[in-house]
Amino acid sequence: MSNQQRSRTFRLVSGVVAVIGAAAVLTGCGSGTDGKVINLYNAPQENLGQIVERCNEMADGDYHIRLNTLPRDADGQREQMVRRLAAADSGMDVLGIDVTWTAELASADWILPWPDDVRAKAEEGVLEAPLTTATYEDELYAAPYNTNVQLLWYRTDLMPEPAQTWDELVATAQRLEEEQKPHHVEVTGAQYEGLVVWFNSMVAAAGGAILNKEGDAVELGQPAVEALEDMRDFARSPAANPSMSNTQEDQARLAMENGSSFAQINWPFVYASMVANRPDIAENFAWAPYPGIDGPGNAPLGGANFAVSAFSEHPEESFEAALCLRDDESQLMAAVNDGLPPTIESVYADERMADPYPMRDAILEALETAVPRPVTPVYQNVSTVTSALLSPPADIDPIEAERKLASQLADALESKGVLP
Amino acid sequence: MTAKGDVKRAERRLALWLCAPAIIFMALVAAWPILYSVWLSFNRYDLRFPKDQAFVGLENYITVLTNEFWWTAFGVTVLITVVSVAIELVLGMGLAVVMHRTLVGRGLVRTVVLIPYGIVTVVAAFGWFYAWTPGTGWLASLLPAGSAPLTEQWPAIGIIILAEVWKTTPFMALLLLAGLALVPDELHRAAAMDGAGRWKRFVSITLPLMRPAIAVALLFRTLDAFRIYDNIYVLTNGAQNTGSVSIITYTNLVSGLNLGIGSTMSVLIFLTVAIIAFVFVKMLGTSTPGSEGRR
Repeated sequence: MSNQQRSRTFRLVSGVVAVIGAAAVLTGCGSGTDGKVINLYNAPQENLGQIVERCNEMADGDYHIRLNTLPRDADGQREQMVRRLAAADSGMDVLGIDVTWTAELASADWILPWPDDVRAKAEEGVLEAPLTTATYEDELYAAPYNTNVQLLWYRTDLMPEPAQTWDELVATAQRLEEEQKPHHVEVTGAQYEGLVVWFNSMVAAAGGAILNKEGDAVELGQPAVEALEDMRDFARSPAANPSMSNTQEDQARLAMENGSSFAQINWPFVYASMVANRPDIAENFAWAPYPGIDGPGNAPLGGANFAVSAFSEHPEESFEAALCLRDDESQLMAAVNDGLPPTIESVYADERMADPYPMRDAILEALETAVPRPVTPVYQNVSTVTSALLSPPADIDPIEAERKLASQLADALESKGVLP
Repeated sequence: MTAKGDVKRAERRLALWLCAPAIIFMALVAAWPILYSVWLSFNRYDLRFPKDQAFVGLENYITVLTNEFWWTAFGVTVLITVVSVAIELVLGMGLAVVMHRTLVGRGLVRTVVLIPYGIVTVVAAFGWFYAWTPGTGWLASLLPAGSAPLTEQWPAIGIIILAEVWKTTPFMALLLLAGLALVPDELHRAAAMDGAGRWKRFVSITLPLMRPAIAVALLFRTLDAFRIYDNIYVLTNGAQNTGSVSIITYTNLVSGLNLGIGSTMSVLIFLTVAIIAFVFVKMLGTSTPGSEGRR
């Protein structure tokens, strides 16, 4: 038996042992009496399983995270969670929650505030903007997992200097239309959260806000009217795609990959897709800060965090599991494998980030001025009512729309509003 | 005399005892939830603010009845109900006559006609959904390129009505077939003797004799159609003002977690359905042949 043979046999045997071991873990976790099962509920993320596996190895039998995947659409995810939380379901431990749900789940006492010792670990080295999305009334209710900002993505061959304002985008579109070149700018104009995201950033660019800082009163007013005017003017300009009122993030990405647009407002996931699908356009594909009204604007802030259910039977282990799922290594895996921007600043400096994230400095910069969406327990109502009243954007009557919004949102804040 | 009265009273008591389990059961599963939702509708009660629960009287009703989203949904529901039931009645009558007249393969014809009704609504709705989705659908590909009918209000409502009609016409036909069987053949032969044509006999003999059957069929279908939910949930989920009252109720109750407003809507739907039923039952009562004579 040669050395080579021996090592091959050894590899084979150890492989078999590993498989049996993995199978034992997989099948044993349900009935195991020693390890506690931590049920993680998260939106679909292709390679989250690898992160979970790594954390399970590190837990070394103290607990076992079981990954449960929620529906693909955000409304479906939230619905399943809130319905079960309202019923005090103990079958959920760690919850992957969208940044806009923190206030709702926290004020209803459905998720636990993080105790000081684990809170310190969850906050260490985390960027300011994502941290605020996980905080409610000075308590940390979730550990920041990934953040996100929208940027202006454009073709340098059609727009050599990136537009800083929406007016400049419209002017460029007019020039390109005259030159009979692609003249659309893709925005998320469909009747859904994306429209609210756009409106929220526009109001911020006009110097206002939808709700006050405390989230208990409507602000809107003149800045909102100005924002609505700009949105409507954009929707009626040559920059608007005819199917703008049906455009969500993915349609925007596809339209630009089809070559019919010179720019789009979107999250960074479009970059990898462009490189993979249209290497020819990708050569001239660049990014710039989110456009504003008088100058560069305030990018919409997105992302997701890990919260611990108030009905969990193993809160301590759940905090530990959540900490692991969002540590440096997990965030790097999420960033490299699934394109989710990290919330821990030092991860951006990792050399493995350079290739998939050439725009990482732009993301960090945008995070400094990014605007979160209104912080209120009734964000769901605020969002649904807003998107219903602003759709389609080309038909907005700014003064009338502002008035209707103000009254419907005031109702929503007192939980006597009606959802469309 | 007294002995007879005692027996009667004992019998009545026995009858009450025998009915009691059914009444208690109905009270538990039907009356209690209805009363509870009426109670909830008088409260401000949002699951997200359990501490703010309070009795608010008719405030929720004022909120809902002055809200444009509610009335849009109500209008859409009425439109879908009226149009789909009208189409179903005409098509169902046609199918019923065909099934009634078929001499060969009667069982086979009836089975084939019933197939759409046997398919689970959600499954059928997904069939329609994909058929009308650009890129995957065989029906969408018949339309001019770039059109997405399910994303616009009127085309979407049209598709919802189409799905409803396709699905429930067989049910209508079956109910009408039962009515057709009641029309005696002799009347037709006598009328034919007197020189009445096919159309004349259908209008003057078949239809009047079928009125109770038609009224029952209309009642069932109207009540069903007014509560339409699954088709819309799958096809549009209420986007672009295509939601029915059931959809908006679900949104407020389950997504919005607002038990007060949601229950108010449920009660309003319940009242509307009760009014529809009342009107039809009145119509049915006066239209039963011979009922005039009995009065």
